[in-house]
Amino acid sequence: MSDALYAIGIDLGTTHCALSSVDLGASEGEQASQQVMTIPQLTAPGTVEDLLLLPSFLYVPHPSELAPGDLSLPWTADQDYAVGEMARSRGAQTPIRLVSSAKSWLCHAGVDRRAPILPSEAPEEVARLSPLEASVRFLGHLREAWNHAHPEAPFEQQEITVTIPASFDPAARELTAEASAAAGYGQMTLLEEPQAALYSWIQGSTGRWRDQLKVGDIILVVDIGGGTTDLSLIAAVERDGNLEPHRVAVGDHILLGGDNMDLTLAHVVAAKLAGQDIRLDAWQLRALTHACRGAKEALLGHAETEVVPVVVPSRGSKLIGGSIRTELTREEIGRTVLEGFFPSVDSSARPLSRARTALTQLGLPYAQDTAITRHLAAFLGRQLGATHALEGFAAPTIPGATFLHPTAVLFNGGVLKARILADRIVETLNVWLAAEGAPPVRVLEGADLDLAVARGAAYYSYVRRGGGVRIRGGTASAFYVGIESAMPAVPGLEPPVQALCIAPFGLEEGTQAELPPQELGLVVGEPVRFRFFGSSVRRQDQVGTLLEAWESDEIQELGEIEANLPAEGRAPGEIVPVRLRAMVTETGTLRLEALPRGGGEHWKVELEVRGGTPS
Amino acid sequence: MSESTPSFFHRIGLAFGAFFGILFNGELAARVQRLRQTGAHGGPETAPPQPILKETGPEAALQLLGLLQRDGRFIDFIEEDIASYSDADIGAATRVVHEGCRKVLHEHFTLAPVCTEAEGSAITLEAGFDASAIRLTGNVMGQAPFRGSLGHRGWRVTAVRLPRLAERHDARVLAPAEVEL
Repeated sequence: MSDALYAIGIDLGTTHCALSSVDLGASEGEQASQQVMTIPQLTAPGTVEDLLLLPSFLYVPHPSELAPGDLSLPWTADQDYAVGEMARSRGAQTPIRLVSSAKSWLCHAGVDRRAPILPSEAPEEVARLSPLEASVRFLGHLREAWNHAHPEAPFEQQEITVTIPASFDPAARELTAEASAAAGYGQMTLLEEPQAALYSWIQGSTGRWRDQLKVGDIILVVDIGGGTTDLSLIAAVERDGNLEPHRVAVGDHILLGGDNMDLTLAHVVAAKLAGQDIRLDAWQLRALTHACRGAKEALLGHAETEVVPVVVPSRGSKLIGGSIRTELTREEIGRTVLEGFFPSVDSSARPLSRARTALTQLGLPYAQDTAITRHLAAFLGRQLGATHALEGFAAPTIPGATFLHPTAVLFNGGVLKARILADRIVETLNVWLAAEGAPPVRVLEGADLDLAVARGAAYYSYVRRGGGVRIRGGTASAFYVGIESAMPAVPGLEPPVQALCIAPFGLEEGTQAELPPQELGLVVGEPVRFRFFGSSVRRQDQVGTLLEAWESDEIQELGEIEANLPAEGRAPGEIVPVRLRAMVTETGTLRLEALPRGGGEHWKVELEVRGGTPS
Repeated sequence: MSESTPSFFHRIGLAFGAFFGILFNGELAARVQRLRQTGAHGGPETAPPQPILKETGPEAALQLLGLLQRDGRFIDFIEEDIASYSDADIGAATRVVHEGCRKVLHEHFTLAPVCTEAEGSAITLEAGFDASAIRLTGNVMGQAPFRGSLGHRGWRVTAVRLPRLAERHDARVLAPAEVEL
């Protein structure tokens, strides 16, 4: 651990990855010497370029699709797939061979994330990968790129932090840690992306953050990336006389981001063209989506621009004769992006949800309501009590408040580079706050929206060694196992389930929860599954608390967990009473163990059960 | 050369000065490099080198054409007969070409003007100005300093970042033919 020369931060994003490092020898205290590394990657067959971002796309070419050597990288000539920019551009034209959004699949509890299921639309002859394996390959590419650039500092000997969405459940965290281990990451810690963004802001302020924050502040971190939206609340508390950020709540995993906006705009423009009897094929629609992204940035970035031309280039070599010209207006973008994704809603608004059919579970569970402001209202409303019992937090609670009042906002994610969208979020928040007599929020300025997560992660790797301020908070959920109550069976009624708390809210890294008094029966030699639950709002529950009833939005069911008691020294089929103990590892993953009565032994309980959905 | 050879102690000072000068002054470094290349062994005594015209390899030029075609449809645009199209049609296509070629230019080259003064402003050139970066036109006569007005600021590339190519990559294929299956 002490021979590390660099602290490395890796942003393993849904659409892009980035890598930043802090040179430990040249850093002291809050003055960290930091860089963002360019990542060599294929941008076309046989062409390698160094880019700041590595698109999180993987392309599996057909054996006769490319010439020998076309997939060569500076560090290897025998790799039969491509990751990065070439994978994205090629995959756009041949989606059956493209793995995208692997990270969203990694946290999709409805599928077996170790099974080869990607690309999900691939025909049989295409070799598929598991979401886990795809993540291993992105992480592996970053490791090789580092080793190529820094032969003096082998990657596996450095302090490494990999970021995850704050909303990742324990199984997705475990899988990310597993992917990192498989990609050859040695000293690795997980960090939530909104925290990384705040670390980056703290570092960027070079010490002045203490002037901008005071005890009692509540920072809302809004992170809108290409594919996901992540919300977190971080309170400024006093601890041992010092100001310390304390993460108090995280939001649900919302599969909604900039790509959805571009696609929506493309459909608006395509409908307009259809009105002129111009039909676009799939290739043209993709080109249109690309053109719409540019037009969106032009319109959102320049308030005086009213109309931006959109040109769909011809596919053939006749460019002038075959291109289609149309335009995107300020009114259309306002209606589609601003009102579609950021409507001015009331603080009591909640996301609309339709009942899902079983079929949709085969794909990714995209957000059904595209209004990010409604998701935000729901999050703040649900977290009203987040700071009630927080030690060292001096802010008075406003009587009659219906949602938690943030005092500051930190933005992250490329989408929010469009000032008008960030402004809409601030305006909406301020209307809500004014209605309850609270002061408007301050915007924490100076964040680098694309690279803040990687930078913050590297800074975190650095502060873990004792170099600066740390955000505390522990787990942002309490965890429960489901216990079926003993009652006579009633036909047509599921036996009611009770939830036994095994890990309280805010369990810190490197600590373990107490043992609950309740015992569960495990069958020796047979895998036994339990239902597993998490709550991002029940902060008061202690280990051993048994819930018989709860509100539906208070507790979420996670994937099942599985305990497997080996038959050694016991008769197979015998029922052994065990107690479950939870701990949070130094890496940042939740670990569950089964401890049989009266013995010193313990068995690991699997969080991610092979086979996915219960049969 | 009329100057005598400097003393040893003078040379120590000169060596340190030259070291830091070369390290922090790119122009001096370039001049030293030229001096070393042209007269590395014998200094001023050696005969002036034969003038040589260097051959530029086609690889980088082909690569740039390929990039301009890939991102900016450059070859398609230039090779198309524009006589029969209206200015509006050509204008629409130009947006694709302009946006893409600009992206290629900015991604792979860092550009800077040769002269930072505003075009049209009066400018004075001292003796020993870089004649390869500044072209004199009009009444070119007399001795430096030259006084004139800046007609074009000029462009200079300060950094080149061309992609690396696989060993057997055929750069002559500027755009592969596309066949949809």
